[in-house]
Parts: sequence; structure tokens; C-alpha cells
Amino acid sequence: MLRIQNLVKRYGHGEPVLRGLDLDVPGESVVSIIGASGAGKSTLLRCINRLVEPSEGSIELNGLELTSLKREPLRKARRRIGMIFQGFNLVDRLTVMENVQCGRLGYIPYWRAALRKYPAEDIERAYHLMERVGIAHYANQRADALSGGERQRVGVVRALMQQPEILLADEPTASLDPVSSRQIMELLQTLSQELSLPVLINIHNVAEAREYTQRIVGMRFGKLIFDGEPADLDQQAMDAVYSGTSETTQAASDSAPMPMVTP
Amino acid sequence: MTDADASRVPDSRRHWQKPPFIANPWLRWGVVLGLLLYAVWAISTLPFDLDRISQGMTRASRIFSGAFPPNFARYELLIDGFLESLQIAILATLLGLILSVPIAFMAARNIAATPIYLLGRGIIIVSRSFHPVIVAILFVKAVGFGPVAGILTLTLYSIGFVAKMLAERIEEIDRGQVEALRASGSRYIGVLQFAVLPQIMPRQIGLGIYQLDSNLRASAVVGIVGAGGIGSTLMNAFGRYDYDFALAITLVIIGVILVSEAISGRIRRSIG
Amino acid sequence: MTSPTSTSVAERTWARYTPQQRWKRFATLLVVTAAVVWAVESIDIIWPWVWDAPAQVGDLFGRMVPPDVSNLRAILWALVETLNIATIATFVAVFVSLPIAYIAAQNTTPNRFTLWLGRFILVSSRSVNTLIWALLFVAIFGPGVLAGIIAIMFRSIGFLGKLLGEAIEEIDRRPVEALEATGASRAKVVLYAIVPQVIPTFFAVGILRWDINLRESTVLGLVGAGGIGVILQGAIDTLNWPTVATILLAIVVLVVLGEALAAWLRRKVI
Repeated sequence: MLRIQNLVKRYGHGEPVLRGLDLDVPGESVVSIIGASGAGKSTLLRCINRLVEPSEGSIELNGLELTSLKREPLRKARRRIGMIFQGFNLVDRLTVMENVQCGRLGYIPYWRAALRKYPAEDIERAYHLMERVGIAHYANQRADALSGGERQRVGVVRALMQQPEILLADEPTASLDPVSSRQIMELLQTLSQELSLPVLINIHNVAEAREYTQRIVGMRFGKLIFDGEPADLDQQAMDAVYSGTSETTQAASDSAPMPMVTP
Repeated sequence: MTDADASRVPDSRRHWQKPPFIANPWLRWGVVLGLLLYAVWAISTLPFDLDRISQGMTRASRIFSGAFPPNFARYELLIDGFLESLQIAILATLLGLILSVPIAFMAARNIAATPIYLLGRGIIIVSRSFHPVIVAILFVKAVGFGPVAGILTLTLYSIGFVAKMLAERIEEIDRGQVEALRASGSRYIGVLQFAVLPQIMPRQIGLGIYQLDSNLRASAVVGIVGAGGIGSTLMNAFGRYDYDFALAITLVIIGVILVSEAISGRIRRSIG
Repeated sequence: MTSPTSTSVAERTWARYTPQQRWKRFATLLVVTAAVVWAVESIDIIWPWVWDAPAQVGDLFGRMVPPDVSNLRAILWALVETLNIATIATFVAVFVSLPIAYIAAQNTTPNRFTLWLGRFILVSSRSVNTLIWALLFVAIFGPGVLAGIIAIMFRSIGFLGKLLGEAIEEIDRRPVEALEATGASRAKVVLYAIVPQVIPTFFAVGILRWDINLRESTVLGLVGAGGIGVILQGAIDTLNWPTVATILLAIVVLVVLGEALAAWLRRKVI
């Protein structure tokens, strides 16, 4: 259960990027966050694991207040928050196995990390998860030898290795071709059910959001202005989220296959 | 993960090792062993003498206490030394730039015949192999102490670098322009003047500015073996145990090198 | 040096440079000429010596032929010593320069003080030439290999630290962010996200510096800091020119082989 209350983020003395945002995500639901570029989607996700320091407000994950944590407790809390990135953010020159084991870095002692002597159960778990997403045969390949879709699976497995209580995905499909991006979205959806894990996805492609998630949240100018099921997201709501922004046309074209998905 | 669970999983799934850098284990351990043996042997040849090192510490403290504060009282000597270094650097750069052009043409595979090419490459390799200080010490023996030895040394030093870069540039010039002129009936010299020189001039100017900067640095060093300039001033101060004056000279050298590096970098950026 | 400026088709006269360009070229030429005239006019040179120089140099080379190889054993041993100085000093300097590069890189340095400390160390190491360092350490530790190794190390640290620091500043930030998000400690983020990205540069600059150090080690002996320069100085002082010739040939062989080995290693490792 994630509960965000009155979240504010401003950089320096400028206009706030997030202005008093409230959001509740109960367990095992997949929530899409849509909105134009600059609406604050990315900042919202990064405030949750404090890659970005929130200015005001409260973020509670399963009863733990995240905003006030100091160094060591913050690291412990971050271990429980998995994150998936638009650019995959893998370490190119390390093998897939090492990249996947990065998800365990918060748990294992330094010497094990340095010598690559990972605990047996971590290795077993890594193989299990890699098999689940179909990349186990790449374990000894360097991460930069993989295709975009495969790299994002490595990113997903790395996040799952953390045994997270929540998964944050920041535009996970924006760098992928259409086929890979559908596969990643399906994967996130089924993983959420299998592991009963809440998943928060920033997404650009409204059609994908409608197809793969039960709940869509629309952001504009740092605030939530839409929250509902895909069926509730009508043209009027779309306009409210996107109109007047440079992305109107793109969002409209993204939503072209809409009638097929939600009749 | 309980033991019962673990027993179901094949062993290979519970172990993982990073693929080694060198796949062949014999070669890998051979390399490791070889490097280790070399390290042990090389270190064992060092005359490590703790006594001398501890004596060194007291000497170091004497030198440093003698060097502080730096003494600028004889600033005229300092300035004279510097002006001489600058003169050496300017003349050596100019001579080097001029002489490196014919040598670069000799050392360009696409222009020179094979025997001439080998001769040109030979000159470049020899002048690059010798540290300028070695060249300087030979010239000092041949023409005596003073700036002439410095100029000759740094001219050779400049030729080694500039001719090498220039030869590479000539080797990659646009054949089309050369052929266009050949086709219009120009003679060999004409081809060089109108097709090759315009293509290498910008490079030559950039190299010249770079080389002036590096000759200025080098002139501070070749002076240590008697080839004139600020290096000779420094060596004299060191020889007379004037550590405070030596520190002053060193500080000024550092300052001038930093300034010269900044200026040279700015000019080269602005001419792109 | 730009191409001829074309303005309009109607303008039929053609000049290679615009007036402003021409003025700039003229001014540059003037400055260069003035500098050269000043240098030639005021330099402290005894001109008859200059006219005599070719003959003197020729004479010197004449006395070097044929090279004397009777001291070959001593020369080879000195070559090995030179190689050892360069190798040991480069090896140690590479590792010493790592923490300095770490604090001198803007994106990894803990605070402003360490940033300036790192930069100060790099600049002072880089701006003092190896030979000047060698003078200092010979004065401290007495003549010998040790002074040479320390001198080469001191000079190399600045070179290596600067290039490694730049490599650290140019790393991809995104894996660093990803690893911070997993709750890994700072030391583990460095180990997994920064070190792998810097390793290629680490090897490349290490090999490059080793090649440079090999050349520098050949002259350390001229100020008493060990290596082949010691016997070179000895042979020059006793005017034993045939032996000098052998030593010079040996240096060329060492440096050319070193350059070839460095090029081979670079291809292998990267």
C-alpha cells in the first residue's frame, strides 16, 4: 500500500513541479500515470524512492514514512522499491548476471559484491527470474550485446531481485519497438498478479495504458486531474490531460486504436 | 530457502562465476604467474635501504626548510633565463616547422618513392626515440654550453613530432584535387603547391602553436644538462644549494607553463 | 584558412580572402616576424660557433663509428633497469592516481574542499617535469634507482589522474542512478556502476603512460637517478664515443620495442 499526501516538489525558487499531489495505490494493482512531458510524472516516481528529494508532503509505503528517512534507513527502504527505467540503465560492460545481481547489492556484504561471490540462493533466484522472462541463456553475455527488449527484461529482473514491495516503472517502453514494448507491458501486468505487487507505470502511450492497466491516473502541471478505469478516460478527460500542450496530436494518434480496446 | 528446496535444484544453478578475462586456463595462470614472478624479481633488484630512506627524510626536511620561503631576490637572473628559454623555443619552433615539411613529404607513402620514404620514416623514428635531454647532452658536447645546443635539440624534437603528424595528414589528403591538377597538365611542383600545400597548411599552423608550447616546456628541461635557458639557471641554483631560489624558479616555471598551455589551447580552439 | 567567401553571383571580382581576413593574416605575420627578429637579435649566441656547428656535430658522429659493443652486458643490464623503473613506477602511479582522480572528478568528489585538493595535487604533479622531480629526489635519497622511480611516479600521477578524472566525469550517469535506487551503498555503486565504465580508460592511459615513462627513464640517469642514463653520462664524460653510440642504439631499440608492445597491448586489452 502506497499513500502519497500533499506532495510538493520545487527546484530552487522556481515554479513547483509537483503541487500538492495525493495518490493511493493499494496492493497488487497496476496503475498507469499519463500526462504530457513536463507534467511531473518522472519527478513523482523519483520522489517515491527519493532519487529526487520531495519539498513537502508525505509518502508512506506499507506504513513506513519515506520522506523523513536518513542515509542508512533510506538505503534499507530503497531495497524494497524496485525501479525500471526508460533507458534500461544497465551497466553495459558487466554481464547480464552481474547486472541482475545489482538488485541484491543492498543486501550482500561488500566482499561478496567485489569478488562476485553471490549467495547460492540469489543465483538460483536470478536464474529462476531470468528463465521466467526468457533471458537465462544470456547470463554470461555482456549487457550491451542484448537487444532493447532483452535489456529491459534484464532491468525488470534486476528490480525483482530486490524482492520489492512496489515496482516503479519510468517510461519502460518508450525506447522499445512496438512488439517488445507490448511484451514488456504484458510482463509487468502478469508479474504484478503473480507476485501480488503494486506497479506504478509512467507511460506515454495511452493505448498501452488502456490495454494493460486497470487504473489510469492523469497528471497535468504537477497535479492529478484524472483517476479512473480505462473506460472512464473519454475524449473530454483526454483533453483535460493533454489539450493545449504540444503533445495533443501525438496523444490523439496514440489513442487511435482505443475503440478496439475499450468498446 | 529450505534445504529440501535446495536439493531439488541442480548444482549448476546455484553457482555462478564471472567468465574469466582469458578463457584458456593454462594461458591465464601462465600470464598471472609470469607477471607475479616479474614483480617479485623487479622489486628484489631495488636497492631498498631503510637507513638511506630515513636519512633521506632528514635531508628532505633540510631541503624544504631551506626552500621556504622562495627567494625572488635575483629576479633579473630569472627573467634573463626565461627570455632565453622563450628565444630558444621560438627559433626552434620556426626551424622545426620549416624543416619538417620536406621530411614529411619524404615520409608520406603516397608521394615519396620507397627508399626516400624509408629514409624519411627513419629520421622521424630516430628523432622521436631520443628524449630531448639525451639529444641536448650530445649537442652540448658538440657545440658547447649555451642556447645553440638548446635550439638544435628542440629543432630536432619539433621535427620528430611535426613531421610525423604532417606525414600522416599528407597521406590522407584528397586524391581528387591532386588528380584534377594532374589532369589539367600541372607539373609536380605545381601539384604540390596548389593541391597538397593548401590541404596541409591549417594543420601545420595548429601544430606550430602546439609545438611552441611544448618547446617552451622542453627548453626548461634541456637547460638542466647545459643547453641554455631557465633550466640552466635552475640547475645552477640547485648546484649551489640555493634551494630558496630553486623553488622560486620552479614556481615561475609552473606558472609560465600553465599560462602557455591555456593560451595555446585557446588559440588552437579558435582556429579550429 | 576558410574557403573563399562567395557573396553574390553579380559580384565578379574574386579575392581569396576578405579584407578582414587579409588584415588578420597580415597582423599574425607581423607578430611572428617581430618575435623571430627579437629572438635572433637579442639571443646570447656566439655566431662563429653556430657556423662551426655542422662540422662539430659531424665530427662527433665520426668519432662514434664504429660502435663499441665490448660493454654490451653492462648496457643490457642498464636497459633492464630502465625498463624496471618505468614499469614499477607506472604500476604504482596508476593505483595511487585512482583515489586522486576520484576526488578530482566533479561528479564523485565528496565536497568542494576535496575537489580543490585533488585538482591541486594533479596540477602540481603535472607541471613539474620528471627531471626536476628527479633532481629533488636525488638530493633527498641520494643517487640511484629509488629516486628515479619516485620521480617518475610523481610526474605520472598528475597525468594519469587528470585523464582518469576526465573519464569519471564523462561516465553514463544512468546506471549510477539505477544502482542508487536499489539501496546499494556508495562504495558498491562505485564498484558496480563507475569502475566498469572507467576500466577501458584505466588500461589505455596506463599503457600510454608506461610508453612515455620508458622514454623518460632513459634520461633519469643524467641527473643520477638510475637507468641507462647513468652509463650514458659516464661514457660521455670519459669521451668514450664508440660506447655512447652503442648505448644510443640500445635506447632506440628499447623505445621502439616498447612502443610496439604498448600498441599490441592496447589492441589486446581494449
